[in-house]
Amino acid sequence: MNEILKYTLMIVILLFTLTTIAAWLIWLERRMLALWQDRYGPNRAGPFGLFIVAADTIKLFFKEDWIPPFAEKAVFVFAPAIVAAAVLLSFVVVPFAPDILVADLDVGLLFFLAMSSLGVYSIVLGGWASNNKYSLLGALRGASQMISYEVFMGLSLMGVVMLSGSFRLTDIVMAQKDYWFVVTQPVAFVLFLTAGIAETHRLPFDIPEAESELVAGFHSEYSGMKFGMFFIGEYLGIILISAMVVTIFFGGWLGPFLPPIVWFTLKTFVFIIFFILLRASLPRPRYDQLMEYGWKIILPIALLNLLVTGGFTLLKA
Amino acid sequence: MISLLRSIGLIFLHMFRKRETIQYPEEKVVLHPRWRGRIVLTRDPDGGERCVGCYLCAAACPVDCISLQATEDENGRRYPAFFRINFSRCIFCGYCEEACPTYAIQLTPDFEMGEYNRQNLVYEKEDLLIDSQGKYPGYNYYKVAGLAAGVKGKGEGANEEPPVDIRSLIP
Repeated sequence: MNEILKYTLMIVILLFTLTTIAAWLIWLERRMLALWQDRYGPNRAGPFGLFIVAADTIKLFFKEDWIPPFAEKAVFVFAPAIVAAAVLLSFVVVPFAPDILVADLDVGLLFFLAMSSLGVYSIVLGGWASNNKYSLLGALRGASQMISYEVFMGLSLMGVVMLSGSFRLTDIVMAQKDYWFVVTQPVAFVLFLTAGIAETHRLPFDIPEAESELVAGFHSEYSGMKFGMFFIGEYLGIILISAMVVTIFFGGWLGPFLPPIVWFTLKTFVFIIFFILLRASLPRPRYDQLMEYGWKIILPIALLNLLVTGGFTLLKA
Repeated sequence: MISLLRSIGLIFLHMFRKRETIQYPEEKVVLHPRWRGRIVLTRDPDGGERCVGCYLCAAACPVDCISLQATEDENGRRYPAFFRINFSRCIFCGYCEEACPTYAIQLTPDFEMGEYNRQNLVYEKEDLLIDSQGKYPGYNYYKVAGLAAGVKGKGEGANEEPPVDIRSLIP
């Protein structure tokens, strides 16, 4: 009984914290983008413009929640929920600190890979149900991007699994006691980060959205809080990928002096800010270029990295 | 690949640059003297209206936002009976100022003309007239005009000669 209560409480606290942070990331992103573009960004509502998030949320609630008459109603309503749900489910296995995690699955890494790729259903279904050519094009792009980038996202992590000998995320963190995996697996780190950006559909890999070509891609027809769900899902995705990069390559909660959760949060925020920096600096590649990078360049590198890691592991054994 | 890293680095260095934004209501913009903003009607050094109601500004206006009606006082001095500028149409091009032969209509460096009611953007003569000579201090049209309109008698101007009786043969 006590166990159940503890985990329920943990889940509630995690849900609340994550969604709150995801909402405030909108503010963080706008301020950071402004900083890098020599502007101020939102700085009027409240201290440092922090209340802009509340204002935006209230605005979203009061907007007309319109379902186009030509849309597939049930799917159209259901689609935005999937992305947020799938990403939130992945957080189940993220070890924030030795004692702050919901489930220490022994296939945690696989669970994360499975859940994070489920998020694409939201894009495909949302784009298809909108019954709009731009939405459908965005959905198609999202699906193909997910398929090609999911391949080496998994492959790049296998080196880490080889070195730590476990799919369990706590084991992976504990295996980095002496040195972080970014030291031994730098190629895998770069590949995973690239795939992670593609996974969250962030700039420069936001081709399913691509507002300069496809209006707003898969969510062209969405408004009000349904659009808000897509938005929150995207920001939750950023948090998730940053948290996973930290867990797998940067020693998770490990660090001197400060308590584990503080280390984890600090490292995660460094990567969240790096995501925003990427958005501020890089242009979007063309659709065919994106596919070309994925299959012709990154996939061979991922396989090569796996081969070399395997060879070294065999030599050591 | 190198170029991507370079652009990421360059954008990161922008963190230490000065921000370009002017925090408007607290921090004001520097407006130059010739900035074309709110239109005013100026007065001559003696406090009289400079406008002579010639309609040239209304004719020059590309959006037809100026309307006026000329009239005369008992001395024969022309002035506008009403002078109306619809600022919701005005494009602040400054053609009225260029067309004005008496330097009456002038554009000033002021853009803070926001109104809650659209009708309030229509300025009447009493809103437009200011107690200033604007950009041309010391200029009084009726002092240099050949016409007697209560300011000076005929031929009494600085660069004028007294009127000549053309029927007389005496030099």
